[in-house]
Amino acid sequence: MVPVLIILGIILILVIWLIAIFNALVRLRNQVKNAWSQIDVQLKRRHDLIPNLIETVKGYMKHERETLENITAYRSQAMEASSVGEKARAEGLLGGALGKLQIAVEAYPDLKANQNFLSLQEELTSTENKISFARQNYNDQVLFYNNKIQMFPSNIVAGMFSFTQEEFFELEDKAEKEVPKVSF
Amino acid sequence: MWELIRANKRRSLLLFVLMGIGLALLGFAIGYFVNPAGMGLDGVIIALLIWMILSLISYFNGSKILLSASHAKKVTPDVHPQLFNIVEEIKIASGLPAMPEIYIINEEAPNAFAAGRDPKHAVVAVTAGLLSRLNRDELQGVIAHEMAHIYNRDIRFMTLAGVMLGSIVLISEVFLRGMLYSGGGGRYRSGGSRDGQGQAIVMVLALLVAILVPVFAGMLYYSISRKREYLADATGVRFSRYPEGLASALEKISGAHIEMKSANKVTAPMYIALPFQKKKRAAAGLYSTHPPIAERIRILRSMQGAGYMNYQEAYRTVKGGQAGIIPGSGLKEAGDAGIRKAFDDRPGADEKTVKRNTGDLMMAVNSYTFIDCRCGLRIKVPPDYGRGNIDCPRCGARHSIEK
Repeated sequence: MVPVLIILGIILILVIWLIAIFNALVRLRNQVKNAWSQIDVQLKRRHDLIPNLIETVKGYMKHERETLENITAYRSQAMEASSVGEKARAEGLLGGALGKLQIAVEAYPDLKANQNFLSLQEELTSTENKISFARQNYNDQVLFYNNKIQMFPSNIVAGMFSFTQEEFFELEDKAEKEVPKVSF
Repeated sequence: MWELIRANKRRSLLLFVLMGIGLALLGFAIGYFVNPAGMGLDGVIIALLIWMILSLISYFNGSKILLSASHAKKVTPDVHPQLFNIVEEIKIASGLPAMPEIYIINEEAPNAFAAGRDPKHAVVAVTAGLLSRLNRDELQGVIAHEMAHIYNRDIRFMTLAGVMLGSIVLISEVFLRGMLYSGGGGRYRSGGSRDGQGQAIVMVLALLVAILVPVFAGMLYYSISRKREYLADATGVRFSRYPEGLASALEKISGAHIEMKSANKVTAPMYIALPFQKKKRAAAGLYSTHPPIAERIRILRSMQGAGYMNYQEAYRTVKGGQAGIIPGSGLKEAGDAGIRKAFDDRPGADEKTVKRNTGDLMMAVNSYTFIDCRCGLRIKVPPDYGRGNIDCPRCGARHSIEK
């Protein structure tokens, strides 16, 4: 009787431990998903701001036609992209082009005095920040999740229930590369 | 990052236990002295009751009390869109579940605090002087520090620990004063056949406990408070990835030399920097709630990256020695991170502009209406202005007021 009880006890403990690890993995995976949707929200916000921005600066910026056209083109590319890698590439290019625009603005004092443009600029700056912070948070969450999947003993549970590693969100554009990424 | 919060919780539990022991000891000593028959148990119970009642009050009303004491006003995004944007940015960076409520304090002194019992009931308050002095990156540094307090669960902890300290000080003070006025506690004696010498020893011991426990509890509390300030700097920088923003904000805050009118000794630990100037000796001592600001700035400026590990290294470089400020488990999880480039390197406004901006901001907070006249004058209409239109005092043009 006693050995049976001991074996039953050990099995029970094993099951509880398995459930705990499984739940931790699910929690981490949900955090990754949530972080991704945060990035998505901000990217959409940037897409929404662009038509308004172009409309406002068009009349002032006579010599930045190319930059403005690029922004519009990258925006539609980014909106059509389907995979994470593709999206990251297009958004990186879009971010770079917007950065160029922000620098070009310095040459147009009239534009810089425009109240409408100033509030748009604040919105755009903040959206850029939000995107980079959301990406930062997403990469942190992916890191925690991937670590958990790779490390013993949770890797066994991850293998049993086929938890797979997630992709980091890296930007392709060189200028944007200066923005920090998590590395160990 | 969860590991850091967990490590914080373990540490705070230890502090609570130590302070709780102090409180119980105090209750025991006083109880035993006043009524030897109760073996000190009644004293312990009364001390714990006082603590529990004060804790409950401050747990549910702490931020309300703090906000009304500082005359803070809740604001909507249109008063200061940038402030709301920045708070939302840091909310995203930290992954906190909800936006804190945002308040503006009618003060010229640049300062800020966070309050609230958990991340879903949190408050961030900044003074009008802070908003008009700092550029975008600096303001972001300050907001990141405040939201780091929310993230690290410092507010609830510091409030409850503060209440525990307050109970200890209150009880021992009542006892010591009682002793002073009753001339050695004679009237407490039940007039039994007790040995006079034994009674004297009990009295001396009770006095010693009543004097020493508040001192040690205070030192414990203040040392934790200082540690939490460093930690909030580290966590805040990890959110914003920009140590220079907070460093230069702290420089401006300490360089302003304006005392806050609405802050006092009780609310002081909540602010990002001490709201009033202390005597030099005390500021660096064991009884200070904040680490010296110059030291915080030096640590931030010697950071090589924006991660916890970088803060730890910078802390060691500045303070010397191998003592760490960040628990090891926190370092393992999120030790390293790069520093981003500056978004906003405009120098701050001059003193005159700062004053004018502060005034304008407070008018906006108090729902004044602003009308820009064609002649260049900005008319500020108070909310209780009765009529529907107003004449420009300079050029006489008539403007209608939209509510």
